[in-house]
Amino acid sequence: MRRWRARLAPTWSKAQVPVYSIVLAFAVAAVVVIVSSAFTASGFDPLLPFAAYARLFAGAFGSGNGVANTLVAAAPLMFGGLAVGIGLKAGLFNIGVAGQFLVGAFAAAVTGAALAAAPTIVGMPLAMLAGGLAGAAYGFIPGYLKARTGAHEVVTTIMLNNAAALLLTWAVNDLVRAPGFSFPRTADIGQSALPILAGRNLHLGIAFAVAAVFVIRWILVRTTLGFEIRTVGANPSAARYAGMRPIFITALTMTISGLLAGLAGAIQMLGVIGFYAPGITASVGFDSIAVALLGRSDPIGILFAALLFGAFRAGAPLMQIETSVPIEVIDIIQALVILFLAADLIVRRVFRVRAPKIEIVELATVTGSWGAGTPPPGTAG
Amino acid sequence: MSDKTSVLEMRGITKRFPGGTLANDAIDLELGEREIHALLGENGAGKTTLMNILYGLVTPDEGEIRIDGTPVAIQGPADAIARGIGMVHQHFMLVPVLSVAENVVLGQEITGVGGVLDMRTAERRIRELAERLGFSVDPGTRVNQLSLGQQQRVEILKAIYRGARILVLDEPTAVLTPQETREIFGVLRRLRQDGTSIIFISHKLDEVLEIADRITVIRRGKVVGSRKPAQTNKDELAELMVGRAVSLRVDRGQSHPGDVTLEVVGLRALDDRRHEILQGVDLNVRAGEIVGIAGVGGNGQDELVECVVGLRKPNAGAIRLAGRDITRQSVEGRRDLGIAYVPADRQRFGLVLPYLLPDNFVLTRYGEVPYAGGLGGFVRQDQPIRNEAGRLAKEFDVRASSLDVAASTLSGGNQQKVVVAREFRHDLRVLVVDQPTRGLDVGSIEFIHKQVIERRDAGVAVLLVSAELDEVLDLSDRILVMYRGRIVGTFAAAEAQREKVGLLMATGEART
Repeated sequence: MRRWRARLAPTWSKAQVPVYSIVLAFAVAAVVVIVSSAFTASGFDPLLPFAAYARLFAGAFGSGNGVANTLVAAAPLMFGGLAVGIGLKAGLFNIGVAGQFLVGAFAAAVTGAALAAAPTIVGMPLAMLAGGLAGAAYGFIPGYLKARTGAHEVVTTIMLNNAAALLLTWAVNDLVRAPGFSFPRTADIGQSALPILAGRNLHLGIAFAVAAVFVIRWILVRTTLGFEIRTVGANPSAARYAGMRPIFITALTMTISGLLAGLAGAIQMLGVIGFYAPGITASVGFDSIAVALLGRSDPIGILFAALLFGAFRAGAPLMQIETSVPIEVIDIIQALVILFLAADLIVRRVFRVRAPKIEIVELATVTGSWGAGTPPPGTAG
Repeated sequence: MSDKTSVLEMRGITKRFPGGTLANDAIDLELGEREIHALLGENGAGKTTLMNILYGLVTPDEGEIRIDGTPVAIQGPADAIARGIGMVHQHFMLVPVLSVAENVVLGQEITGVGGVLDMRTAERRIRELAERLGFSVDPGTRVNQLSLGQQQRVEILKAIYRGARILVLDEPTAVLTPQETREIFGVLRRLRQDGTSIIFISHKLDEVLEIADRITVIRRGKVVGSRKPAQTNKDELAELMVGRAVSLRVDRGQSHPGDVTLEVVGLRALDDRRHEILQGVDLNVRAGEIVGIAGVGGNGQDELVECVVGLRKPNAGAIRLAGRDITRQSVEGRRDLGIAYVPADRQRFGLVLPYLLPDNFVLTRYGEVPYAGGLGGFVRQDQPIRNEAGRLAKEFDVRASSLDVAASTLSGGNQQKVVVAREFRHDLRVLVVDQPTRGLDVGSIEFIHKQVIERRDAGVAVLLVSAELDEVLDLSDRILVMYRGRIVGTFAAAEAQREKVGLLMATGEART
């Protein structure tokens, strides 16, 4: 028992603030639920949060179907979380996951539709590849701009998010509109869809996502490229001194980030949506930022954070149906989690967690001066 | 100090940090009125902790503080300021975009009707105060336009403006040029005359002997001796500080220069503000020779070094390694050819502070065999990295509780040893060292100097840049003086007198 404790200590020290943030977010959201219950027909009910959270849990994990829904919702969030996370490792804040997601989804939809009649073994991988490459290309743009001109990626990716949505709307309307539908959309992807593994909707995407988690983890921890990415993020001056090329690494990391975001779009397209139509939801883009922050940019952390957010999405409908607590409570919880992560002093105060010796680079990138990742002060003297 | 009354007494101050380190072990310190009291000790001896206790930043476990004979409890900096204690930190705490006057009055603004700032009155008072202390400063200037020496005077001004009678200066000369140091000493003497008592933290023996009325030496959290400058000397102080006899003079031995290894011809380059900082630099360094560059900081030394190692692109001129033009080579390419570099700022360039020691030990060699292999050198090899780190830590006596600690937890001396250990490899041809011992204690300085000489004797061409003129004079076989982006003089070690070199550094001319 004690030995296990010692072995888990480093992991726990990294995970405790995120875990406590979740606990605190549930607690605060419970207060909101209790207070708002007074204004409903059923009247004031101090026990309502317990019932609601129990239903939320049951919805997400209580049945095979629930688990499948959780995994299906988690898969694109894993890709998206990795996209944001790898950027943060390099000191980049990619807010453009939403745009890269749409571009990836569109490319996968068009490629998939073109190969709709081909065998799945041909059409699906090619559609995935197209989605990933399109996202990579769309991520390369802000990466190149940052590397060449210093244009801040937060600003450029926000703009490119809008550009992607509008350009794709035009493309669907005027270039690839499928005939025979009352609204603009692409043709069916047919055989290019991701195969169903189990149940009604559990598609192969979750396997890709989990594989991606371990590949990215391997790259970051075990390879020279990962070392370069982390060094550029932690201390760009030292990276240059060490002979790395921060400019190149910046552009490359944004491209990899775009690739992952594009794959998120591709699996959502090939596994769930099936066709591209203007206005398809890109909420994955913004939830991905939350997932990356909650996972502390660590791929394994992102895996669990994505599962949690996936569970929220999968369990919320049951909660709303059976306890009349609206789905929007999930958004409150998610927002509070991020709030407590950013203001981790609150969490440390409440749960008496000692401050880490080392400043966390990833969070500094987001909360500090955008992307400038201030190096922690030394201990000289 | 029987002839002076004590304004401050610290008795039996003990502070134990989590993990059991005794930072202060029953320290007694007494500060007389109008006294400059130097606190001397190596990095990590506990000087800064003691002063942080005085300033209320750290709570002591035991001990008592008396001001004017009355016991006081100092709960925080506000308490300390209220009791007339002022502190100038090693790293300045000024707001760069605010003016001198705004920085000085920050928190104690003079306001007129309706809370409107009265900066004119503030500026007048500041000007008067500065004149009294013997220096001029324009209160309207923005702090980021001031030199480090000027910024420090603003810090002192700020403390005095807030009514400090006891002024603590933490390593005030660490970032100053010799001239600025002299000027600040003038200010300190003026303050003493005016009735201020000063605690001066340092590990520089010459300075302490020059400025202090009394010197208290701290080693490993304990007071190991107290001396008056007249009754002691550098050797005794060094021994007290380190705990063993230290050789302060460098035994350079005979050099045996070979062929020209590094050659710089007509080098011109811009600085970060796009001024031409290098205006045609020519120099060469032979194998087995240490060439030192003396100069007041900011005359182009840093840019020259950056050009040599590939971090800055020159506009004109050439850099050659054993006859081969390397002007267009990348940092990595030059390193592969045998150029190593110890940067001036170890925390900004030399280390990645959050990384554990093994990654820092291979920071500049991470892509080489055996630290990377498999898939065309793509996969990092943990065991060789750890082995190398262990070997270097042992060989260079890096003191850390284990290899698995972040570089940020090491003392400055040990951080520098990590950088030096990594760069001083055996297949070197050129070694560029910029401020190799800045901020280090006597023991570490001795060690690093020995290592530099050892590399020279192994046939490496060493280019040394240092703001410490004595370091350049002690180590170099040949001394070049840099002034406004040019080499204005060359001295053989034997004929380089401190005054002659100093004059050339200051004026760019041998005679004025």
